[in-house]
Amino acid sequence: MNYLVGAFKPPCNIFISFTDGRSRKQVPLKKENGKTVMVALFQSQENIVGEVVIEPIHGKKVEHNGVKIELLGQIELYFDRGNFYDFTSLVRELDVPGELYERKTYPFEFSTVEMPYESYNGVNVRLRYILKVTISRNYVSNIVEYEDFVVRNYTPPPSINNSIKMEVGIEDCLHIEFEYSKSKYHLKDVIIGKIYFLLVRIKLKNMELEIRRRESTGSGPNTYVETETLAKFELMDGAPVRGESIPIRLFLSPYELTPTYRNINNKFSVKYYLNLVLVDEEDRRYFKQQEITMYRNLEAS
Amino acid sequence: MLLIGAEDEEKWLAEGIAGIQHNAFYLHRALDSNNLRDALKYSAQMLSELRTSKLSPQKYYELYMRAFDELRILEMFFKDESKHGVSVVDLYELVQHAGNILPRLYLLCTVGSVYIKSKEAPAKELLQDLVEMCHGVQHPIRGLFLRSYLAQISRDKLLDIGSDYEGDAETVMDAVEFILENFTEMNKLWVRMQLEGPGRVREKREKERSALQELVGKNLHVLSQIEGVDLEIYKETVLPRVLEQVVNCKDDLSQYYLMDCIIQVFPDEYHLQTLEMLLAAFPQVQPTVDIKTVLSRLMDRLSKYAASSADVLTEFLQVEAFTKLSNAIEKVIKMQVDMPAVGAITLYVSLLTFTLRVHPDRLDYVDQVLGACVKKLSSIPKLEDRWATKQLVALLSAPLEKYNDTVTALTLSNYPRVMDHLDNGTNKVMAMVIIESIMKNNTCISTADKVEVLFELIKGLIKDLDGATDELDEEDFKDEQNSVAKLIHMLYNNEPEEMLKIICIVWKHIMAGGPKRLPFTVPSLVFSALRLVRQMQGQEGDIVGEEVPATPKKIFQLLSQMIEALSAVPSPELALRLYLQCAKAANGCDLEYVAYEFFTQVFVLYEEEIANSKAQVTAIHLIIGALQRMNVFNVENRDTLTHKTTGYSARLLKKPDQCRAVYACSHLFWVDGQDGIRDGERVLLCLKRALRIANAAQQMASIARDSSGPLTLFVEILNKYLYYFEKGNKQITAAAIQHLIELINTEMQSDSATSDAFLASTLRYIQFQKQRGGVMGAKFESIKL
Repeated sequence: MNYLVGAFKPPCNIFISFTDGRSRKQVPLKKENGKTVMVALFQSQENIVGEVVIEPIHGKKVEHNGVKIELLGQIELYFDRGNFYDFTSLVRELDVPGELYERKTYPFEFSTVEMPYESYNGVNVRLRYILKVTISRNYVSNIVEYEDFVVRNYTPPPSINNSIKMEVGIEDCLHIEFEYSKSKYHLKDVIIGKIYFLLVRIKLKNMELEIRRRESTGSGPNTYVETETLAKFELMDGAPVRGESIPIRLFLSPYELTPTYRNINNKFSVKYYLNLVLVDEEDRRYFKQQEITMYRNLEAS
Repeated sequence: MLLIGAEDEEKWLAEGIAGIQHNAFYLHRALDSNNLRDALKYSAQMLSELRTSKLSPQKYYELYMRAFDELRILEMFFKDESKHGVSVVDLYELVQHAGNILPRLYLLCTVGSVYIKSKEAPAKELLQDLVEMCHGVQHPIRGLFLRSYLAQISRDKLLDIGSDYEGDAETVMDAVEFILENFTEMNKLWVRMQLEGPGRVREKREKERSALQELVGKNLHVLSQIEGVDLEIYKETVLPRVLEQVVNCKDDLSQYYLMDCIIQVFPDEYHLQTLEMLLAAFPQVQPTVDIKTVLSRLMDRLSKYAASSADVLTEFLQVEAFTKLSNAIEKVIKMQVDMPAVGAITLYVSLLTFTLRVHPDRLDYVDQVLGACVKKLSSIPKLEDRWATKQLVALLSAPLEKYNDTVTALTLSNYPRVMDHLDNGTNKVMAMVIIESIMKNNTCISTADKVEVLFELIKGLIKDLDGATDELDEEDFKDEQNSVAKLIHMLYNNEPEEMLKIICIVWKHIMAGGPKRLPFTVPSLVFSALRLVRQMQGQEGDIVGEEVPATPKKIFQLLSQMIEALSAVPSPELALRLYLQCAKAANGCDLEYVAYEFFTQVFVLYEEEIANSKAQVTAIHLIIGALQRMNVFNVENRDTLTHKTTGYSARLLKKPDQCRAVYACSHLFWVDGQDGIRDGERVLLCLKRALRIANAAQQMASIARDSSGPLTLFVEILNKYLYYFEKGNKQITAAAIQHLIELINTEMQSDSATSDAFLASTLRYIQFQKQRGGVMGAKFESIKL
């Protein structure tokens, strides 16, 4: 529960809770202040049902022009601070204008809410869902209370999931053929594959597989691209000889990955790449990057 | 530079160990508090120390052992699910999250072994997974140690699985497959070390590699320990795969070590049953590999195995071990063009040893081996290499030792051909060995053919070989020739005819030896021939009337030829003695003419060759001795000879010699026995003559030196007198003896010579005879002292 604590003591406390709050799955969410809190998890098309409790302090009277609750889906671009794009906005009026003397409970329900995008907390962009309770007042500022929740959408395993297979090389220097068993992985998946050395004329020192996330925000000339390396996984130690085949087995579960997001509300995209890096004895790096698609499948739990 | 390098290495090692200890400390703490997360974290950090490239294999091993000990503790922790609460399946995934490959794989192997033990997943899949994942480490040293860790940690599980016969053969095969795979990869890494890193010295690298060889060989050792690996599996899977790897790796060190390893690690019985396959690999290895040592070891092992029990011998026959080995050797020699002669010979020595142990009855095999060796050696003119020579001697000695019977060696047609390849010195040594073997075993060589072969073998001793210019050691030469002389006595056959043949052959051979050798060898042969003569003499009754090819006459002809040959040396004294021996033999055979001829030769020699006065004295005494016993001569011949002898006696240079010879001649006229001549007069004549000479000698002495002369001569003559007196020679009277005694006494007085012991004894003897009484006493009674 979040309280608005400030110099102006609000005349009342507002509590927002979900009906199935106890049984609903909670997931961690990083707030602006850096703290991680546990919040409720929803997916698209779910009914969001709960109640709002307004509790005036010490029997104070709260005059208002009405009480409403909004469900907002917002995209916040950091380079464009303060500018929120609401891609979803649903309102329920909870009370007509009047006065509150005592604790009052308002049930609310948003049925089969369309929440196409997942909550996302990136480098330059944030997509979040909130419930916003507003007590509108004359002359004084409205009393507002937010409740964050997280949306995750599950996709069924893709019907077509080809392997990634490619032969690359530098002429007369290095020729390899690599293969990743799939091009689409779910978040707890394992990347299986192998690298086959067709020709090795340089002295390699090691080889690693990187998982990179590319977040691009904005559009046109105002596109910002941020790339992070989320995983560095050493595949090979030492110099292979021709004909050697090196296995790949990379478990994705330890890494904080999200599904691939393509052009979310024309605001941003998040893509994932596998970057195969070969390092030679003079620390020169040879690499080949391949995009993989991440998806979230229904977790067994 | 090198020193600094070593110091640096020490430092790096110390740093590595410190790193391991540091992390191990936290690891222990995590284990104590059952904190899996921390345990994984610190173990991974600890294992990161093994990622170093700075250490030599030995130092790396030290580091590895430190980490190994810690991993054992970790393994115990993993085993106990109650401590960490994570199922082994999840654990297996969890350890794979480590970002660095080396720690990751060490941990994976550790968990993997626990996993296999838990039997929650098929061992086959786990083993395959582990061995496959280890591909990620391609650095030779690190990879070798990692895989060695895998082998070590899975060893007891594999032995369990491999012995688990109850299930089915599949599980055994899984274990075998796993080890073979791991072995193959390890060997590849090991071979690759050779190519690693530029600028490093080849020699140093080889040394480093040898330090690691046991890591690779360990796999084979484990294979041999798995109970389930029976002959079938070994034959169908293990050996072909291992050999394939050995042949294909094309690395000297590896091929040598692994072939040796196969031979040492697996049971002999398997080798025997897979001999063909095993041997097929030998010619395929690199030409520079010292394969002969390995092959020799194989044969040594097999021959020991064969010796272990009689039952296995039949197996050897079944698999035709000899033929296979022999073919393999031939191929190896053909392939390895640069192999020095010593290598080839060593191989043949081993093969021979094998043959002698396994097929002692197959002389043809032995001969075949020697033949193959000759074939190989024929491309080389003569062996200069000391080692090669040594090996060749070993090759030749082996059959002698085995059969304890040189006759066997004589039937080997290739034996002399091998000997031809020895240098002269060694050839002689070898010949000596042969002779010694014959002497030691008291082998009698009884046919002419064998004698012929034998002399062909020892021809190094019998004659000067071509190109033998080196100065001989006198002592050695004597030894050698004495041996040959001894050998001649070992050539014996009861059949006179065959014996004669043998003698002829020996004669032919020693004739070729030149004058230098004759003095040593001829006497032996002469006596050998004389023995034959005496033998025939004994059998005379049986062979009368037959057409006998071997007659004493013929032998005597041969003998005279032999002795005549000695004149070329010249060695007249020896010849003279031998003639006398022959004469005696002829006497025994009743061949007067022959005996006379021999005596003639004796006198010719005496006249023409013996000039030395001392030698003359000896010769005369010998002649007298021999002649005295001759009884074949008719009166005329005997007279001639005795006359001649007495004549020579009197013509000796020194008076005492003359005197002694002359009184010795007296015996020629007085022979004991029934038909003996007893010419008392001439005896007396001789003695008187001796006395005269003694007198003259006495006078000459007193004039020349003004001192007493050889009184002894008189005493000696007195003794002769007494002898004949006792024998009953009528011409020798008591008065004569009396006279002689007085003469001696006067001489003594005049010369004031000290009393002579000889004289005193003689006088005491006379006294004794006088007192004895009886006939003799009566006879001596008249002598007055």
